Amino acid sequence: MPMIKVHKETCKGCELCIHACPQEILVMSKVLNKKGYFYAMVEDPGRCIGCAMCALTCPDVAIEVGVQGTRYVLYEY
Amino acid sequence: MIETIFSRPESLREVSTHYCPGCTHGITHRLIAEVLDELGLRERTVGVAPVGCAVLAYNYFNCDFAEAAHGRAPAMATGIKRCRPNLIVFTYQGDGDLASIGTAEIFHAANRGEKFTVIFVNNAIYGMTGGQMAPTTMPNQKATTCPFGRDVETAGYPVRVCEVLSKITTPSYIARVTAAVPKEIPRAKDALRKAFQYQAENRCFSLVEFVSTCPTNWGMNPLKACEWAVSDMMPYYPLGEFKTPDDPLPAGLNLIEGDE
Repeated sequence: MPMIKVHKETCKGCELCIHACPQEILVMSKVLNKKGYFYAMVEDPGRCIGCAMCALTCPDVAIEVGVQGTRYVLYEY
Repeated sequence: MIETIFSRPESLREVSTHYCPGCTHGITHRLIAEVLDELGLRERTVGVAPVGCAVLAYNYFNCDFAEAAHGRAPAMATGIKRCRPNLIVFTYQGDGDLASIGTAEIFHAANRGEKFTVIFVNNAIYGMTGGQMAPTTMPNQKATTCPFGRDVETAGYPVRVCEVLSKITTPSYIARVTAAVPKEIPRAKDALRKAFQYQAENRCFSLVEFVSTCPTNWGMNPLKACEWAVSDMMPYYPLGEFKTPDDPLPAGLNLIEGDE
């Protein structure tokens, strides 16, 4: 099962990952991080397909992608 | 047991960049770091930082770096590469640095076929100095020095660096990619990998242009900026490989044969 982890203190709240996610499981938080940005967070982790599109578009490398069990390679990177 | 399949590459330091939120410089930095890690070149890599938004790039990469005068990164890279040919040298330049003040340096470095890699970030505006018109600014695009839009009668048309440099006879690798569209990012990494591989094989000069965004100075949010880059910049700056070292030389060259 794939899962992503957003480092909320690294996130600058640009929202690029939210539009990149094909499953639309990322949302912006309602609280600020230490830098003063609304950060991205996972709303529905069960629907993550592990495509890593969010991590690919993150300019601040705030997203880590992990997988437990079978890993599907959707494209070459 | 969770296996991490995507995390910060080793060649990128664990520091927060000074770039604005949504700026594609961060993606470009990460792609370079990933390619250096994959090819195992980090220990013998020297980067040359430009003047522009990426002036502090030496704080973000985990490899040796030098800072060049404005536009002179290719000249400095030439010196480093000629003194220490076993090093991997790359320059990281913006459009104000490479296409404006550094035109002579980049043109002649490409013409001499210096064996280093240039990463050219084209965001159609001067970012660090506050959004002035760059040589790559699109016609009718507003900037602080052309508040009514770029007038092609007085300022000419935008410079297309890849097209210009690909017309040089000396074999080289010239490609234009983008980091503003998620699905294009793997292709951008492919182009970077090729560029560094050609350099590691000591084959040719390589340049990879990134069509990038500048949400702050374009006055848009990051997503709008990415959409504008696709709708307004990419028709004029088409993506693709313009030249590879395997391309045949143009006919009519009077090459001396049998000297090998």
